[in-house]
Amino acid sequence: MPDPAIKAGRESLVEVKNLTKYFPITKGILSRVVGRVHAVDGVSFNILPGETFGLVGESGCGKTTTGRLILRLIEPTSGDIVFDGRKINDIKSEELRCLRREMQIVFQDPMASLNPRMTVGDLIKEPLEVHRVGGGANLDDQISDLLVAVGLRPNHMYCFPRELSGGQRQRVGMARALSLRPKLIVADEPVSALDVSIRSQIINLLKDLQEEFKLTYLFIAHDMSVVKHISDRVGVMYLGKMVEMAPKGLLFAGPQHPYTQALLSAIPIPSPGAKKDRIILEGDVPNPIDPPPGCRFNTRCRYVMDRCRQEEPILREKEASHWVACHLD
Amino acid sequence: MTRYIVIRLLNALVVVIGVSLLVFLLTRAVGNPVDVMLPIEATDEERARLTHQLGLDDPLYTQLADYSVGVIRGDFGKSWWQGTPALELAMERVPYTLKLSGIAFIIAIIFAIPLGVLSALRPRSWLDKITSTTAMLGICVPNFWLGLLLILIFANTLGWFPTSGTGGWRYMVLPSVALAVLPLGRITQIVRSAMMEQLRELYVVTARSKGLAEWLVVTRHALKNAGITIITMSGWELGRMLAGYTVVIEVVFGLPGLGHLIIDAINYQDFPLLQALTFVIAVTINLLNLIIDLSYPLFNPRVKFD
Repeated sequence: MPDPAIKAGRESLVEVKNLTKYFPITKGILSRVVGRVHAVDGVSFNILPGETFGLVGESGCGKTTTGRLILRLIEPTSGDIVFDGRKINDIKSEELRCLRREMQIVFQDPMASLNPRMTVGDLIKEPLEVHRVGGGANLDDQISDLLVAVGLRPNHMYCFPRELSGGQRQRVGMARALSLRPKLIVADEPVSALDVSIRSQIINLLKDLQEEFKLTYLFIAHDMSVVKHISDRVGVMYLGKMVEMAPKGLLFAGPQHPYTQALLSAIPIPSPGAKKDRIILEGDVPNPIDPPPGCRFNTRCRYVMDRCRQEEPILREKEASHWVACHLD
Repeated sequence: MTRYIVIRLLNALVVVIGVSLLVFLLTRAVGNPVDVMLPIEATDEERARLTHQLGLDDPLYTQLADYSVGVIRGDFGKSWWQGTPALELAMERVPYTLKLSGIAFIIAIIFAIPLGVLSALRPRSWLDKITSTTAMLGICVPNFWLGLLLILIFANTLGWFPTSGTGGWRYMVLPSVALAVLPLGRITQIVRSAMMEQLRELYVVTARSKGLAEWLVVTRHALKNAGITIITMSGWELGRMLAGYTVVIEVVFGLPGLGHLIIDAINYQDFPLLQALTFVIAVTINLLNLIIDLSYPLFNPRVKFD
């Protein structure tokens, strides 16, 4: 009899429980630990197969770290990561390398993420060789197919990354990530480094590829309008914590957390007559080395109460599938 | 490619001519070799005769013209000290110095690359701290002192290796180690910093996410990108060895290389020999630089020679 908990876990492709990552700060020649950056602090969520989960928040809130933790590109301090029904937070290097076939990443900066000394063909070929997928003569065909799938030409395989435009490089990044036919792709701000004019092309490409290759996305971004366009569900992070999580429609129609409200009010409306009440957040994000006690948002929240400074709000389901971590009702 | 090599060789020619000219003028400026070559009690007449014999009483431009004509014909004149053709004398010593520098360089590279890479992989770890401190120590220790220390310990006290002179491989061990320490320290530092820079790059994360084994990520991706820095700086160290450090080491260990000969040539104020030696060294270093530059495309496809 399978354990009901494992069975329940199987419904989601990714399940993250209490994921935590502290980066130690060391000092002196003895590398004494003098503090810890609370990059990700007890985050839990799940991603269903075939959906796009958008993760938003301002820079430094821990969204990139969360993405890399799920891929095991960095080691979590504590917490569980369940991928495809399998707990992966403590598997060893050999198993981990096999798991890499199933989950891939697309980076924000396509130039920096492609080795400048390798041709596009070699970059895409490498994962295929490592995992011994396909072989010999049809390897070139596979690469051509992938390049066509992401909207490039087969002869782009002989180019070096520097010979391509930003958008083309990001397409190469996609082709590389797709080559192993992964189930999950973590897209870490895949369009933030691109010109506005080609952002929509890449976003639409991501959507088309999702359909074609049955992909699940963890889409990390700070641009709310991009997230609104692509995501099915959205999680909002602030200073290492998940503050709100809901299906796209619910979140954008009725944001519950004051931080989400502020973020949404900052989306520009492309209409000159539109009237807006922008919520301007005061001050900066507090130092993640020494986060404020209680609710982490209490230093900037306009509804702050005494309780917020003492008691940390837990993420609870305020309405069906709409989770909020706030003391306000 | 051919065009590039031709241009580089022409450049090298200019450098060699410049060096030769400089050495020619400097030797004439520093003193009168006749004082060294004749005993103190020599008469003015004898001095005048020798000065005339050596052509040192000719005007400077005549001497330079004679010298230049000789060099073009491949003739640097006879060594005043030995009485044999200077260029031959210099060329005889080249193999010793090349062998010594070559062995020392190989020792330095074999240790520096793994140590530098390991330190870069675990910065601030104990291994890194020990490596970095030792590398710094290697750079700071004067190599003549290190040579003497090695002789004292491994030749005099332990008797494992001969103190000095030439012979089998045992004679090469102490001098090559003494010579290797400084470049070893410096190349380790360079490898470490070049690798740390590359390992921070995103394409390394990409390589890891592809599921590549860590050693492939390090060698195929990061080390290859760090290659140009490492090879440039290593080549520079090799140049400094050939034209600098070997002088000290060869004297300490009594090895008959270029460095030892150059000290003799200076002591005897043997102008033709000094000129031949500097010519040989300048040519060697220029060729070395050319070889290093020609190897760049191996590490960076962006470098093309046309």
